[in-house]
Amino acid sequence: MNIGSRQSRRAESGDDMNETHEHSHVHEHPTHTHDGKPIQEDELPPLEAQILETSVRELLIEKGVITPDDIRRAIDERESRTPALGAKIVARAWDDAEFKGLLMSDADEALKDFGINMSPMELCVVENTEDVHNMVVCTLCSCYPRPVLGIPPAWYKRRDYRSRAVREPRAVLQEFGTVVPDQKQVRVHDSNADLRYLVLPQRPAGTEGWDQKKLARLVTRDSMIGVCDALAATEIAD
Amino acid sequence: MDPRYQPGDRVRVLHRNQPGHVRTPIYVRGKTGVIERVVGPFPNPELLAVGHSGLPYKILYRVNFKQGDLWDDYEGTIDDTLEIEIYEHWLAPV
Repeated sequence: MNIGSRQSRRAESGDDMNETHEHSHVHEHPTHTHDGKPIQEDELPPLEAQILETSVRELLIEKGVITPDDIRRAIDERESRTPALGAKIVARAWDDAEFKGLLMSDADEALKDFGINMSPMELCVVENTEDVHNMVVCTLCSCYPRPVLGIPPAWYKRRDYRSRAVREPRAVLQEFGTVVPDQKQVRVHDSNADLRYLVLPQRPAGTEGWDQKKLARLVTRDSMIGVCDALAATEIAD
Repeated sequence: MDPRYQPGDRVRVLHRNQPGHVRTPIYVRGKTGVIERVVGPFPNPELLAVGHSGLPYKILYRVNFKQGDLWDDYEGTIDDTLEIEIYEHWLAPV
């Protein structure tokens, strides 16, 4: 990572500005030059943790502990996970009572069939019912069931979602278009330590006799985080 | 390693200021809740984060709180709850 050149580039643009500016206002964080051109860097300067990661990674490669291909494969594997996997699991749970029982009591065992290994974390499945609506947040960072749902959405990592989901969950749900009636309990799960959470949404009405493949099309990423319900049967085309 | 608490036990989260990689958010410190389940022994994240093994392991619980006990001005319904994972060394019996 060429940190030095990035710093010097910034220094140059600063000098430039001072020479050509005759105005009194201050440009501590300039967003544009005075002839209107945007000033944008491709990337922010690296955080200390990023420099540390690069250093450790390069050392491990130099010492032959891992190869660049190992890293590429690991990234590829992580990024190939999508909510479609979670949807398959939910659809099977809707369709197969025995599987659902195992999923609720020992999710890690149930997920072996799907090639999912949560270790060193454990998966905890929470079920939406007529009486309970579950919703997941990680207030401390952005813990998310990545082996099941892939990369979390940007809003899941934002400070406003993380702080408000525990403080005023019903208002947050409403902003996602989800109005939970007062007689239904809202149960928020703060994913703060070693468990990861998957919401099992309620099976929509009018889906009797559907096969798992069709059921899975009703299961959205957001419904498995618990900010909304699964799609209604009428929302998908045959 | 026997868990000190069982599901249904009332517990209070300790209210202490502790620097470092602590997984107990400030908003539950000092609050009273009920053990929802015993998750099991896990390496202590406060030690793991600084290069140690995490031993001795700590029993992790899921604790259920009434939202009204967490926030004086909670605007939802009285049945609304929050569940969160707390390690045994952050809990005291009530």
